Amino acid sequence: MWVDLIVTVIKVLVVSTVLLTGVPIMVWVERRGSAMIQDRLGPNRVGPMGLLQPVVDAVKLMTKEDLTPEGVTGTNRFLYLLAPAIALVVAVSTFIVVPFGYDPGLELFGHAIGGFVVAPDLDLGILYLFAVGSLGVYALVLAGWGSNNKYSLLGGIRASAQMISYELAMVISVVGVLMVTGSFSLDDVVLHQAGTWFGFIPKWNVIPQLIGAITFMVAVFAETNRLPFDMVEAEAELVVGYHTEYSSMRFASFFMAEYINMITASSLIVVLFFGGWTLPGIATPGGWLGALATIGIFAAKVAFFLWFFVWVRWTLPRFRFDQLMALGWKWMIPLAVLNFLWVGVAMALGYL
Amino acid sequence: MTVSSTESPTQRPPLADPFPEGSVAAVEQAADGHTVLTVDRSHLLDVLRRLREKPELACDLLADVCGVDYPDREQRFDVVYHLGSLEHGHRFRVKVPLGEDDPVVPSAVGIWKAADWFEREAFDMFGIRFQGHPDLRRILTHEAFHGHPLRKDYDPSQRWLLTEKDTMAPRWATEDQPDDEHMDTVVLNLGPSHPATHGTLRTVVRLDGEHIVKAECEIGYLHRCFEKMSETHGWQQVIPYTDRLNYCSSMINGVGFALTVEKMLGIEAPPRAQVVRVILSELSRIMDHAVCLGANLVDLGALTNFWYFFQIREEIYGLLEKCAGGRLTVSYARIGGLAHDVPADFEDEVRKLLDSIPKFLDDVETLVTTNRIFRDRTEGVGVISGEEALAWGWTGPCLRASGIPYDVRKAHPYMGYENYDFEVPVATTGDTYARYLVRMEEMRQSLRIVRQALDNLPDGPVITDDHHVALPPKEKVYTEMESLIWHFKLIFEGIPVPAGEAYGFTEGANGELGYYVVSDGGGKPHRIKVRPPCFAIYQAFPKILEGLMIPDAIAILGSLNIIAGELDR
Repeated sequence: MWVDLIVTVIKVLVVSTVLLTGVPIMVWVERRGSAMIQDRLGPNRVGPMGLLQPVVDAVKLMTKEDLTPEGVTGTNRFLYLLAPAIALVVAVSTFIVVPFGYDPGLELFGHAIGGFVVAPDLDLGILYLFAVGSLGVYALVLAGWGSNNKYSLLGGIRASAQMISYELAMVISVVGVLMVTGSFSLDDVVLHQAGTWFGFIPKWNVIPQLIGAITFMVAVFAETNRLPFDMVEAEAELVVGYHTEYSSMRFASFFMAEYINMITASSLIVVLFFGGWTLPGIATPGGWLGALATIGIFAAKVAFFLWFFVWVRWTLPRFRFDQLMALGWKWMIPLAVLNFLWVGVAMALGYL
Repeated sequence: MTVSSTESPTQRPPLADPFPEGSVAAVEQAADGHTVLTVDRSHLLDVLRRLREKPELACDLLADVCGVDYPDREQRFDVVYHLGSLEHGHRFRVKVPLGEDDPVVPSAVGIWKAADWFEREAFDMFGIRFQGHPDLRRILTHEAFHGHPLRKDYDPSQRWLLTEKDTMAPRWATEDQPDDEHMDTVVLNLGPSHPATHGTLRTVVRLDGEHIVKAECEIGYLHRCFEKMSETHGWQQVIPYTDRLNYCSSMINGVGFALTVEKMLGIEAPPRAQVVRVILSELSRIMDHAVCLGANLVDLGALTNFWYFFQIREEIYGLLEKCAGGRLTVSYARIGGLAHDVPADFEDEVRKLLDSIPKFLDDVETLVTTNRIFRDRTEGVGVISGEEALAWGWTGPCLRASGIPYDVRKAHPYMGYENYDFEVPVATTGDTYARYLVRMEEMRQSLRIVRQALDNLPDGPVITDDHHVALPPKEKVYTEMESLIWHFKLIFEGIPVPAGEAYGFTEGANGELGYYVVSDGGGKPHRIKVRPPCFAIYQAFPKILEGLMIPDAIAILGSLNIIAGELDR
């Protein structure tokens, strides 16, 4: 019992540490990466190659004055303070069902660690993820409402409309994967993708379900509010939308939530469509070394998609809000439905 | 002073009496190529309407309306209209003298929409009332301001308490809407401090959801009395102020002013100075377009292009710094030439620029021109037809994007632009995308001009040797009596610009940049009126907005290239 608890606590600590360290690293990658794309140098003064810049940023944010806008009182003040907390809690708690490595039955202190995932026994992993993840919109709407600012409110309204539209496309595009796997557990989804076709094509879901993969990726871009879908912030239009009025660590909470969401989203893309921790030839290695190898593979894939997020952000312009909704309803949802129809037909005919 | 040899090749208009007997008090051909009509205010509207509507006159462009104060005259004020015909190429100046006790003229808004803000400015600055103007309020000064600052008897040392209470809010913004029972519309201030209002512009919009139902612009946040200050400075001392008009292309402003005064003096800058002016003006135009498009794209979320464009700007700044010492505000042009010669490696530096700039343009073109998102955001957004644009007094790239190929460099060549081989890019759709395309192509055409100019860069002096205008070289001042006298007279008395007036117009980066200069023969200007191109452009902005969304407003605003320094002066 106690060992069980200790193992879980260790896992939670390790995962949350990695996640929270991932944020500053991503900030650094984003700033240096954008600089690379834009023919600039980027931050290069603090630490080697500017690596300590995020630390300095964090210190700055923590020591800044925490302001509450005039006129935000009573219940509104409560909502105003609650919003960043929701954002951060939701962001951190969605990651607990993501399997980030293969566990060949390893033991710690004579006790099974129960998989490289914080909550191993959650068979409804993917459902949990969508259920909790969609709570994130409350953070944006409440922040927009509580800020007593018209621009923030517009941002909050955009957030709710955008989230509802793209959540649909996202969930439908995952249905195909779940049908093929026959399970809601993300571990099963990954294991199902182990192995190859014809000996060299990896059995990743992205190959038979390319449309599903694309719609899913577009939808997570929209869910994470990254360019070209950053309607909610839209710096030039809505100043910065819902977090205009936030400063100090409350602003930082939104900021961290965005990057943690990006990490979760990249992990999901990898788990659902790109074979999770597997590579052709490496699926279920044994021992601690094998487990570390799978974690490394997983991390590398996630890193690629994180870079992809950065890359897209600094390449594309922003949609207009109605065009974004049109894309969501007229293209994304039909395409996602098409994908799951195709999977159904292919399964019925025995191809998948 | 000799008669102007720089007289522009503007055609003489046919004056076979298109006006009824007695309506025009005097007709005169001015040395600056304008036909000057002096009209009594009772005939004003009739004359203006004929000027616009008669096919042989066809003055479709109302370039400028301004006031001039002559305190010594019996009829103290002049209201001056500058008109142009794109079809015939001729130019008119219509002057209406007014007495101090009754400074009222009929408004020309019904003939040219462009008159709207220009008349408001004349009202604000001189207290001239335009009868029939739909909304005659102050425009550049604060609502609570007292007096009319450009009158000669206005004491600039007066101070007014300007409070927020009196800050302009349009009447419709404070009224309740009758159809607000179910869904309130919201009044939103876009600016003056907003990431997309580069400079300090303010647009008040009424929103229904995200759709703009009604909009109105408020300007003047950057008003810094350029015209008033010019009246207390010597002719050459005005040039640093002109840098601060359109600060994205300050060289063009200085050159435009110098050309106008040179026109009045009847002198011409030496050939080398002219060619250097052309090269630096065209590079400034590239810079201006780069800033405009870069900022426009940032507002659309495409930050990367901004950096590509700013690299171009940075490199041109490097060149300007080598030539003039300044980067943003160069103050390099002088009446009669340039402040000093260009550095020895000027040609190499410009050639380097000619090689490097196209690469950045290609990069942006690849990223943006065919990008689906960008095109969806800009095509069909902010459409204005050619006639409409002209009626509002639009000029420059924004007008050419609506299909009217009016470019001062072609229509009324100056500084030898007639000798360069270049095209005037024109688009037909009049939307934000067309304005983007026109500016992109103009940058390439400017590079062509620079290349030709550089190939024919003559040697010689860069400032005139007429020492009524330009200081003699320092060593001569120390060694020759006559030069010492010239030096003394120029420093103490200023340039003796002959009494008279001239309207000089050049192709600024945003369109026709006009200087209406009045001299009383002293060492200081009597009156300088700038015709900033974006002043005319911005007044049409609220009309374009209605029915569109906030993101569209941002996209359009960026594409119009409103520069607050020039707008508010």
